[in-house]
Amino acid sequence: MTGAVAVSLAAAILLAAPFLPPAALRALGGLFLAAPLFVLAPDRRLGALAAALLAAAAARWLPLRVLRRLTWLLPSLVLLVFVTTGLMYLAPGNPFANERVASPQVEAALRAQYGVPRSAVEFFGVYTRRLVLEGSLGPSLKVQGRGVADLLGPAIPVSLGLGLLALGLAVGAGLALGVAAALRPRSWLDHAAMGIALLGISLPNFVIGAGLMVLFALELGWLPVAGFAGPRHLVLPALTLAAPYAAYVARLARAGMLEVLQQDFVRTARAKGLSERAVIQNHALRGALLPVISFLAPAAAGILTGSFVVETLFGIPGMGQWFVKGAINRDYSLVLGTALFYAALVAALNLLADLLYAWLDPRVRETR
Amino acid sequence: MSAGAGPFAEALARLRRDPGALAGAALLAAIAAACAFGPWLLGQDPLATAPALRHQPPSAAHWFGTDALGRDLLARVLVGGRTSLAVGLAATAVSVGIGTLYGAVAGLYGGRIDELLMRVVDFLYGVPYMFLVILIMLLFADTARGEPLPVFVALGLVQWLTMARIVRGQVLSLREREFVLAARVAGAGDARILLRHLLPNALGPVVVYATLTVPAVILLESFLSFLGLGVALSWGELVAEGVSVVNPVRSYWWLLAFPSGFLAATLLALNFLGDGLRDALDPRSTP
Repeated sequence: MTGAVAVSLAAAILLAAPFLPPAALRALGGLFLAAPLFVLAPDRRLGALAAALLAAAAARWLPLRVLRRLTWLLPSLVLLVFVTTGLMYLAPGNPFANERVASPQVEAALRAQYGVPRSAVEFFGVYTRRLVLEGSLGPSLKVQGRGVADLLGPAIPVSLGLGLLALGLAVGAGLALGVAAALRPRSWLDHAAMGIALLGISLPNFVIGAGLMVLFALELGWLPVAGFAGPRHLVLPALTLAAPYAAYVARLARAGMLEVLQQDFVRTARAKGLSERAVIQNHALRGALLPVISFLAPAAAGILTGSFVVETLFGIPGMGQWFVKGAINRDYSLVLGTALFYAALVAALNLLADLLYAWLDPRVRETR
Repeated sequence: MSAGAGPFAEALARLRRDPGALAGAALLAAIAAACAFGPWLLGQDPLATAPALRHQPPSAAHWFGTDALGRDLLARVLVGGRTSLAVGLAATAVSVGIGTLYGAVAGLYGGRIDELLMRVVDFLYGVPYMFLVILIMLLFADTARGEPLPVFVALGLVQWLTMARIVRGQVLSLREREFVLAARVAGAGDARILLRHLLPNALGPVVVYATLTVPAVILLESFLSFLGLGVALSWGELVAEGVSVVNPVRSYWWLLAFPSGFLAATLLALNFLGDGLRDALDPRSTP
């Protein structure tokens, strides 16, 4: 019952969002921004109060485009949980199917104990109610006696650290390569940079990872081969993870900058006697940054899930391994917990990219 | 090029002058031919094990060496190429089919239908694709591991989003043009307008994006193989095997080098060709 209502509501809001008046968008956006505060607060009443205050403040002060995005964010998370639940239930097998004593009574008892009804919609109801009312991700269905939050807790900083390091490397190296190539189009530097970039896109990153492992860990012995016991263990995985994205960033930055360099305002800047350095720094660099920033959110999503492979290759105890294990074992709540975390993170990054974009591109700032 | 040449003839002429695209096309043709006819000429069974010949380095008898079970690596790489190229083409076909239809409907009807359909695309964009791929693969958990069908479907189902956006954009910009209005006045229905007038004119970007989807899909399949979820005997699986034998004591470099060399060369060729096609079909994009 709760489940069906929650999904219908979420779908209705998503579909209606483009047609809502600004006042409704402001109210809903503020409410959705404050909702996690209510869920995570240790005390229900205090949480409700804080959330109400935050909702009111957000509705009053945040720009409309941010609130519009927020209106769309929470319902899409609800929908994601629902779709994931549906897919897990549709897949053959269930979390209790390979228990050794699989008599119907035992299965029923286990289902009752873990809160896993036979119907997907009911499970979705149980899951969302527990999430909203208790702020809990529930017990793992396969790792005995552990909550999903206990399992993911230590993995989150590892994956996040790896992801951020990789993202930073990708953007830094990519921008440097792309801008250098754009400054001297069709020179040997341009061809070399774009050749490297194309290679980075074309090699599976576990091959790059294995190569780095052989070179820096096995041959030179500068860095640890695999496992995780501190930041030094993240260097090779982060390089591996960053390589294809650095390549994309380089291509985007080059194309964006070349386009800007042909525009009238750059010609004007040159004509009024600005030094080439000032033209690049104050005008052209922005052109290189804009496409990179709109690529940031999908890149972050890709880097985070790309870490499934890199975590496996380097034996790093991050989020990816829990998702893969959870999916293979039909550990519904573990999969949902990971999915929810990734999706919320990607959504937050999207929001951030949106804000950055509006800040950098005056056309977007004024027209919306 | 002559003044009367159509846009496709002009594009072809531009493509002929792009060394990168030509090299890509030639390399691709060579690899495809080797994979198609090579195993037959070679006469080695990619599955025949030979315990006496385990981990042989490359030699005159086995050009690419042998693997942990003494199987001939050259035969495995060539047959694996068939699998990987088939995965790339089939999953791309699925994604082009879904994406074109979806984007065309959104663009043709416009307004609220368009808004709703594009919302779904936005929503799916927010979901990390590896997630969806793995979840969709779970639906086929009863099929034997290594079967190609679940991989085609799962990869095709996550790769159509950008295609839908591209086709929608094209259709939106084309549908108010005079030749479409003329067709409408002449009494053509939606289906006829779409198939005879809109889609043929949107073909360029679709071809370009499809060319770039093939390497993306082959790459995704190799990730799945690495996680143990891919198609049996594909380049991805061979590369994953090569990676798994990296160890500090003994080097079996040929197990990693040859499959990843073929994989990378193919992806590189496809990317070059796709970039060349894009430049050729959209002259403004060339700086």
